[in-house]
Amino acid sequence: MKATSAVDLRRRAVSRAVEVFCAASVVLALVPLGMILFFVLRQGLPALNGAFFTEMPKPVGEPGGGMANAMVGTLILIGIAALAAVPVGIACGVYLTEYRRARLSTAARFSADVLNGVPSIVIGIFAYQAAVVPFRRFTALAGGLALGVMMLPLIIRTTEELLGLVPPSYREGSLALGATRARAVWTVVLPAALPGIVTGVLVALARVAGETAPLLFTSFNNQFWSTRLDQEIASLTVQVYTYANSPYEDWHRQAWAGATVLIASVLFFSLLSRFATRRLERMHRGTA
Amino acid sequence: MTRELQAPADPGIRIRTELRPAEPAAASAAIGIELRDVNLSYGDNHVLHDISMDVDEKRVTALIGPSGCGKSTLLRCLNRMNDLIESARTTGSVKIKGQDIYGPGTDVIAVRRRVGMVFQKSNPFPKSIFDNVVYGLRIGGVRDRTALEAAAEKSLSLAALWDEVKDRLQASALSLSGGQQQRLCIARAIAVEPEILLMDEPCSALDPIATLKIEELIYSLKERYTIVIVTHNLQQAARVSDKTAFFWLGRLVEYGVTSDMFTNPREKLTEDYITGRFG
Repeated sequence: MKATSAVDLRRRAVSRAVEVFCAASVVLALVPLGMILFFVLRQGLPALNGAFFTEMPKPVGEPGGGMANAMVGTLILIGIAALAAVPVGIACGVYLTEYRRARLSTAARFSADVLNGVPSIVIGIFAYQAAVVPFRRFTALAGGLALGVMMLPLIIRTTEELLGLVPPSYREGSLALGATRARAVWTVVLPAALPGIVTGVLVALARVAGETAPLLFTSFNNQFWSTRLDQEIASLTVQVYTYANSPYEDWHRQAWAGATVLIASVLFFSLLSRFATRRLERMHRGTA
Repeated sequence: MTRELQAPADPGIRIRTELRPAEPAAASAAIGIELRDVNLSYGDNHVLHDISMDVDEKRVTALIGPSGCGKSTLLRCLNRMNDLIESARTTGSVKIKGQDIYGPGTDVIAVRRRVGMVFQKSNPFPKSIFDNVVYGLRIGGVRDRTALEAAAEKSLSLAALWDEVKDRLQASALSLSGGQQQRLCIARAIAVEPEILLMDEPCSALDPIATLKIEELIYSLKERYTIVIVTHNLQQAARVSDKTAFFWLGRLVEYGVTSDMFTNPREKLTEDYITGRFG
């Protein structure tokens, strides 16, 4: 057995080449994220200060000020979105698992996939027609609903997927003890899938928190402090968009700071979802 | 294997389904479950053929037979778990204390409360030990904490698990060992005080020591419950059961007192099976 036959050398060379290509791809995939972080933090961190979190936007020409209203606005918007989309999305996911082959399920699955692919600006226009035009005013509610529509397919599909992973034996065990189907789902199947569903919801929240397009014609923007749901409301993304489009140096800096906060919050949601999952999982595994 | 078993039954084999007179020792037993002409099919696949048998009350009845002979399916007829399979069609009658559980207007939920079930693979819910044991009571509407605690202690004691878990009732059920999990499932089933306990190969995933514990448990539980157990382990059937029913290709081939059947089977097929010539 010669260690260095031609075939052997070729095989090693191919193996090596594939390895290098894969490693290079991994590095390449990390580059955009690294660059985003680099540029945003380089411009954004110096612009970040306490005032940014606590103060209101200042009129053009007056330096300083912050985006307190926009941050609260974003929280309110995603709060509305979650309230609207989470119960409906989870219930829908339960239906899809319970009645896997029903015609309604096939239709719902298909529309969830389509909805997931609809560009966010289209969802914004839809929400404008449905929730802004009839009331003749931009409202936080309309913005939240637009974000909720974006969250819906994500929650439906994660719920369905995770419920599918729950061992059928849990369900059987519950039914054999005289539980109704609804009872079995509510008391055993859903709790077993909960850690994953929570993660899915948090990921969906992080995603819609960074959306601008659905908010442009729905919640619009507000230079003033407002927590009213029936008024236009500021949001970080729209504020960043507005400031970045402005000709003012000071507003540009504010936009960078806003972008930094957005990125930080995405990071925060990701960590939170991991933490939530781990804790819940540990509870399930029995090491708690 | 399956193909072989589904080959047309040898016309030479006469399958007797008439009831056999019980031996004097077992004569005192009342009828716990009365099956008459039970047939079941999954779509076009006819799985159970004309099963008629009387299961003794407060005795252990073992269902044995090669894989695919329908014994688990029959077990699942007794608490209507086959209802969960859309294509399943059952005919005939299964009477528990004179009430046909396949009769019109039967409350399936009520049936399952009277007929508890323990599965092949232990399936404690991902909840605390306590929450597992009282699950059936809670869904039955019991809210009183002291009543739940009393029931938990009683069921866990009956399942010979109380001493091992009494100090950690709030720990996750999944932290228990395999044998403990199976005993927890038994405790969970008996907490709702059923009349009948069905066991579908309850020891197949357990080591010999855990198996022994479950067998002892079965022995002690028959004072209170009518037990029907499906097992692949013939020694186990011989050890725990009072009567044994042998199934083959969805038919009840022989049903009788366990000690008789293992020492002196009436049917050639039974003899071949229990002596290990097939299956």
